[in-house]
Amino acid sequence: MVQRIAVVGASLAGIAAARALRQQSFEGDIIAIGAERHQPYDRPPLSKAFLTGGCSSSDLSLADDDEDLGIRWRLGIPAERLDPRNRRIVLRDGEEVQVDGVIVATGARARRLPDTDGLENVHTLRTLDDAIALRAGLQRAESLVVIGAGFIGAEVASSARSLGLDVTVVEALPTPLAGPLGAEMGAVCAQLHGDHGVRLLTGAAVARLIGSDRVEAVELADGTRLPADVVLVGIGAQPNVEWLAGSGLAISGGVVTDASCATNLPSVVATGDCATSFSPYAGRAVRSEHWTHAFEQPATAVATLLGGKSPTPVSHPYFWSDQYGVRIQLAGHREEGDTVRIVEGDPEQRSFLAVYERHGQPVAVLGMNQPKLFTRWRRQLRAPEPSLPAMEP
Amino acid sequence: MLQPVCPLSAIGRGEAYRWETDPPVAIFHTEDGQVLAVDDTCTHQDASLADGWLEGCEVECPLHASRFDLRTGQVDAPPAKRPVRTHRVEVTDGVVHVALSDEPPNLPPGVTTNAGLA
Repeated sequence: MVQRIAVVGASLAGIAAARALRQQSFEGDIIAIGAERHQPYDRPPLSKAFLTGGCSSSDLSLADDDEDLGIRWRLGIPAERLDPRNRRIVLRDGEEVQVDGVIVATGARARRLPDTDGLENVHTLRTLDDAIALRAGLQRAESLVVIGAGFIGAEVASSARSLGLDVTVVEALPTPLAGPLGAEMGAVCAQLHGDHGVRLLTGAAVARLIGSDRVEAVELADGTRLPADVVLVGIGAQPNVEWLAGSGLAISGGVVTDASCATNLPSVVATGDCATSFSPYAGRAVRSEHWTHAFEQPATAVATLLGGKSPTPVSHPYFWSDQYGVRIQLAGHREEGDTVRIVEGDPEQRSFLAVYERHGQPVAVLGMNQPKLFTRWRRQLRAPEPSLPAMEP
Repeated sequence: MLQPVCPLSAIGRGEAYRWETDPPVAIFHTEDGQVLAVDDTCTHQDASLADGWLEGCEVECPLHASRFDLRTGQVDAPPAKRPVRTHRVEVTDGVVHVALSDEPPNLPPGVTTNAGLA
């Protein structure tokens, strides 16, 4: 009989898991363990409205004032070890928490450039504290260099530009966003930088950061020096799974789970950014870092842990990005080799809908400033596809 | 006070019309012929509900799939937490009239009315 469940990780996936536990009639103790000192908050605005002053930290709360989930919080103290044999979790301060079930939702953290930890004006952006520091830095700055033209980098560039900063974005790859969107559509989205007076340098490797306590410039491999009052490093994220070493949990680029979030250990499930879960859409295990995934998947993890049936079928991947006043949305699973065609609008007008196809079937849809049409296509993708491979048991 | 907005024929069944008042209002014409009006901006984050997915008397936000009951404004599915404000609608002689609510709107963080900025 499961009496006490620990949710390790107190961000979107963690609070969604706690909610799902109560919705699925779990009446025992819930202990939520979070490395950050803050109550659960929503991260997407951190690179957008929070940086520009459009919202405050209290606006980001994921908790609902009207709900009482009966959670015992352990915030500001990361979990340090999972000991499944003795059914306990050891926290960094030495506290030992006895549990009957564990939901691993420790998320991911921003990847950093090596040897930049002591530099006060070099930032990454993942947490509320990161955003508070970056916002303060931008308020005093005239120039920003963004390393990495992914979604975080692009959104911070956009926010900083709207604050009046001189912004340069440096991308190592020849085309930004080629991974999630493909080279063709990645190039289209990257044009937004130039539209708004932000310099984008592609195929540009960073050689070193120049400065002692503070960075004064970013030097590229070709010798170009880019003066910078602030540097934002947006080169991806890595899963927070080191604390699970020695637990016996299978780890491969994240905690390995099947489509129902089950791990190789009974009474332990994993969900959100830290989990590498079998995706029926990809036909293999993938680690998703998207908001909607962290919002929806925990209900499945909870059902698995409680021995019930998953309340919701796995929906296809979805993410969005807001930059330069333009809304980019992608739904579905795109792979290398898929063809893409514009079905509505015009990339030159920064308003279009594009469909990715494989074997003549739509597999993903990309919208730029086309939310209405995008929603219709997204709903069509929702229909189950008979060609999906059967899930492995 | 009822204000004329548009002919009902301008909104097909299953469609929505965005009325550019302040804050903007979304007017929905459901498949079974009801005409319902709510604030157009989702209460969670900045997105137009008129761009959303209409199913029965419920609209799903195009950004994060929050669902609202158009008759009451109540949240049927998160992430939205606060209800969307509803407005009274009357259709007279084929023209949609809307009486804007006196309640304060539940706008998402970072979104203000023009009146609020003045």
